[in-house]
Amino acid sequence: MERFDLAIIGAGPAGMAAAREAADLGLAVVLLDEQARPGGQIYRDVERAGPVRGDILGEDYTAGTRLTQALLHDRIRHIAGAVLWAIEDGFCLSYTQDGRAAQVSADRVLIATGALERPMPLPGWTLPGVMTAGAGQILLKQSGVLARRAVLVGSGPLLYLIAAQMVRAGTPPLALVETQTVADRTRALHHISGALRGWRYLVKGLKLLAQITRARVPRHTGATGIAIEGSDRAEAVTFTSHGRAHRIDCDTVFLHHGVVPNTQAARSLGVMHRWRRDQACFSPVLDPWGETDVPGIYVAGDGAGIVGAKAAEHAGRLAALAVATSAGHLGQGERDRRAKRLRLALDRERAVRPFLDAAYPPCVEALAPADGTIICRCEEVTAGTIRSHAKLGCLGPNQSKAFGRAGMGPCQGRYCGLTVTALLAAANGRTEDDTGYYRIRPPLKPVTLGELAAMDDTSDGA
Amino acid sequence: MKPVSPFLELDETARVPVTFDGTPLDLPQGANLAAALLVAGVDVFRHTPVSGAPRAPFCMMGACFECLVEIDGVVRQACMIDVTAGMDIRKAHEDFRGAV
Ligand SMILES: Cc1cc2nc3c(=O)[nH]c(=O)nc-3n(C[C@H](O)[C@H](O)[C@H](O)COP(=O)(O)OP(=O)(O)OC[C@H]3O[C@@H](n4cnc5c(N)ncnc54)[C@H](O)[C@@H]3O)c2cc1C
Ligand code: FES
Repeated sequence: MERFDLAIIGAGPAGMAAAREAADLGLAVVLLDEQARPGGQIYRDVERAGPVRGDILGEDYTAGTRLTQALLHDRIRHIAGAVLWAIEDGFCLSYTQDGRAAQVSADRVLIATGALERPMPLPGWTLPGVMTAGAGQILLKQSGVLARRAVLVGSGPLLYLIAAQMVRAGTPPLALVETQTVADRTRALHHISGALRGWRYLVKGLKLLAQITRARVPRHTGATGIAIEGSDRAEAVTFTSHGRAHRIDCDTVFLHHGVVPNTQAARSLGVMHRWRRDQACFSPVLDPWGETDVPGIYVAGDGAGIVGAKAAEHAGRLAALAVATSAGHLGQGERDRRAKRLRLALDRERAVRPFLDAAYPPCVEALAPADGTIICRCEEVTAGTIRSHAKLGCLGPNQSKAFGRAGMGPCQGRYCGLTVTALLAAANGRTEDDTGYYRIRPPLKPVTLGELAAMDDTSDGA
Repeated sequence: MKPVSPFLELDETARVPVTFDGTPLDLPQGANLAAALLVAGVDVFRHTPVSGAPRAPFCMMGACFECLVEIDGVVRQACMIDVTAGMDIRKAHEDFRGAV
């Protein structure tokens, strides 16, 4: 088994920046990502997208080539198309690539697995034709594919980004159905000073909104009672906005109300997580360098708490500095000197977050879905079923597995975990921290016997 | 499948033949399989093992497992693989329950 100084999981901005920083400091780095090409979510397939797609997606996207090109380095081995499914003591990393399982080992591990779309359980959200807004964006970035008749539902800056990209591509969405209210905006104004420090983001946001308005895309704000109708696939979105009932016929519905840290890999190692009220999600408990309570395991980027791509890059570099120091490649003084600049940049990026989090809070009816709404897509468990488990004495998500099958399907709770925690916490009158989260065990992604049988012990994974 | 797909494609790429549930389709060589099937008008990728409800890609990033199809007899995530000539693709009727 080949051994590295540092293994990084995830080739998004956090992982790519960390890889280069560590390699420049003399460490041998292996970078694993399940995608065929580097970039992560924001810069997905940036090296393959031609000029047409580049113009639609904008400069914030095409800028990603700076990071992907920096991966060409003697001491960085990028193993693409590698689905990581276990990290074990010492650390041994098991992954599947091209239908074969393989392993590498490393002294330290940086988890840079980014974010997932916040689950948005609404009536009808399991129908074909309903996707996450991020999925819509991936279709565009990776495949140059656009939805002809789509409605965007939810809240947050990414919703506007995607709407503006669709406008630029010549297929504007039929409408934006937005869940944030005037009261949210008023609350957000308390954080305006921080937002002004991050004024570049505000300017960008206003430009996006101007593009959407110019294209005459109707915006319905303060939407409630949202449901997706259709028998075998999505046919319409229905909702109430400002006292009026609406129905918009469409083929595709893109849902989005924020992204949340993808904590699967860190949780599988028993890393401590805490509930973050401001972002309504769990994130790992980290020291100022990104190290977890499991020595040698670091987390950086959106997987550590939602901060965005630029901040992910800075956090990745910070973690790389700390790893280099603990591996004896960089003195503490030099580490701290280099870290200063990164921390300033990180603070600048974080400044706008409290404003954004307050202005675009998650959609309330998706956080506490109606009894009849499916919350676990894999096992088709409803919110009502989880509430009935609470009545029978179920206190936490792991116990709920004994009461039913929520979280036991192939997605391993990625799209129901936070909902189950929230439902049980509310029903039992306990905090999210006391309620807890699913215990995550390897394999993080399903592995088949065929893939295991093809594992070659002497494999170097190349 | 619909006569007009809810999705359209920006680029023209060389196509290769595959079959979906026995029906011949021409998909762009090397394209993401889930995206290519959506553009081809496929709107149901699988039926759930629990209630038989129809499902189709939801996340496009390998996390939700809604895009499962059977390719040459193996259940796989369509959003995580590229199109190659001659693929025999079928709706998945089970998920990864057989995996370890
Ligand atoms: C679908 C989606 C689209 C987004 N689009 C934008 C956007 O356009 N603009 C923007 O500013 N922000 C966007 N975001 C927010 C985004 O999270 C951050 O801006 C940024 O991408 C975070 O960088 P990161 O390095 O932390 O993680 P990411 O960029 O998310 O990279 C994480 C990487 O880890 C890999 N990975 C995860 N689990 C495994 C595993 N088990 N095995 C192997 N590899 C694994 C993934 O394939 C991915 O490439 C998006 C988020 C999502 C979920
Ligand atoms: S669409 Fe979610 S895993 Fe493929």
